[in-house]
Amino acid sequence: MAKVPVQFTLNGSEKAEFIESGTTLLHALRDKIGDTSPKGGCHQGTCGACSVIIDGELKLSCLTLAETCNGADIRTTAGLAEAGVLHPLQRAFLDAFATQCGFCTPGVIMAAKVLLDRTPNPSREDVVEALSGNICRCTGYEPIIQAVLAAARANSQNAA
Amino acid sequence: MSLALQTFSTVKDANAALQASGTRYLGGGTLVVRGANEGDVSVSSLVRVTEPSLSAITVSGGRVQLGASVTMAAIARHPDLAAVAPAARAVGGPAIRNMATVGGNLFAPAPYGDFAVALLALDATVTAGTGETPIEAFLAGRDDSRAIVTAVGFSLPKADSFRFLKVSRVKPKGISVLSIAALLQRAADGTVTSARIALGCMADRPMRAKTAEKALLGCKLTSEEIAPALAAVGEGIAPITDPIASAWYRAEVLPVHLGRLLLS
Ligand SMILES: Cc1cc2nc3c(=O)[nH]c(=O)nc-3n(C[C@H](O)[C@H](O)[C@H](O)COP(=O)(O)OP(=O)(O)OC[C@H]3O[C@@H](n4cnc5c(N)ncnc54)[C@H](O)[C@@H]3O)c2cc1C
Ligand code: FES
Ligand code: FES
Repeated sequence: MAKVPVQFTLNGSEKAEFIESGTTLLHALRDKIGDTSPKGGCHQGTCGACSVIIDGELKLSCLTLAETCNGADIRTTAGLAEAGVLHPLQRAFLDAFATQCGFCTPGVIMAAKVLLDRTPNPSREDVVEALSGNICRCTGYEPIIQAVLAAARANSQNAA
Repeated sequence: MSLALQTFSTVKDANAALQASGTRYLGGGTLVVRGANEGDVSVSSLVRVTEPSLSAITVSGGRVQLGASVTMAAIARHPDLAAVAPAARAVGGPAIRNMATVGGNLFAPAPYGDFAVALLALDATVTAGTGETPIEAFLAGRDDSRAIVTAVGFSLPKADSFRFLKVSRVKPKGISVLSIAALLQRAADGTVTSARIALGCMADRPMRAKTAEKALLGCKLTSEEIAPALAAVGEGIAPITDPIASAWYRAEVLPVHLGRLLLS
């Protein structure tokens, strides 16, 4: 299979790789680039564990071909903490016990990040809608919803 | 997975490449890449087009033109498309809506194709290859279609003339038990003067409920007057059975949900 060059920005750093044509972004990130924060759950678009942010929009890396991301800005959960300090969403998930096995967590956090970037003070319904593409087998969702709402409150207090 | 992707800057070049066997067009990839991940080896090669016009939304003089690569998310947030936004919002969760395209939705087998159901009620035209095809004819021949769809067009409905309903078990983003779209023109006294009703999950692709449409003509939208339309809506349907619902169940609840949509 022919190898093709792919170049994009990942969490602020330039990445350039040769990949097999038709490789999914999930596969390229995890197995070529070594960012294992997006998880492969279903590879069918149903679980959301592989969610990443591409050019500001939440997308499923298991259904995205890496070649279509040339020149894109890609964000994953691995890039959220800055200088060893957790992102407010990550902090809130720990504080609210919103993560158990943690498999769904990177995808959920990316979905929540897009929500809070656009809607800093979301309602509970906004959170439920934003996370509706993410399956969690452990938490029963309520701690996750509470964590996202808590992160939003913490953000608005910091902004005030 | 052995898929090769070819990227073209023009539809013309991509159309030529699409003629090779085992080659399919890549829209948002939510069905075609999923199929490849699942082990579907019938597709060995994908083509895509980067022409910006494919992602354009134009609303002018009451006509809407949606490029085939326009996503459900783009429709849902467009200020002039509020009347059809509920149908776009009904497709999947947020990430799916950011990827799922109008073009791909036309090809989605039941239980998918919720936006195509809306387009069928709206009497849309589908532009592919050299010309425009009425959506009903397009859907009927879609399995043999080898030309890239570039756009769909329709008259923007008045908010009160277009109704859309998706019934699902998991809220807010479950897959359809069924979906219904209705375009109703009414006289000043509320009498229905024209009706187009499209159904999702009642066949392998969106279909019209023509007998019910006829039965609505001259009716006011009251429970007594719509009863004959509800009794007729099951005519000609062959609902799908899948893990969400059986064909029997879908047929049983169809008149109930059409009634709710018409009386809402
Ligand atoms: C988890 C999940 C949930 C979903 N939920 C829903 C839902 O609720 N409602 C719903 O309607 N759908 C749903 N879908 C199905 C799908 O996401 C949508 O139907 C979507 O609109 C398909 O578009 P696409 O661009 O992703 O298609 P693709 O996967 O890119 O393509 C699908 C087919 O259409 C062909 N095609 C695509 N674009 C063109 C074109 N321009 N010209 C010619 N051929 C073309 C492709 O070759 C392929 O055969 C869901 C899918 C997943 C994975
Ligand atoms: S792995 Fe991508 S949605 Fe499940
Ligand atoms: S914490 Fe285990 S799947 Fe969500």
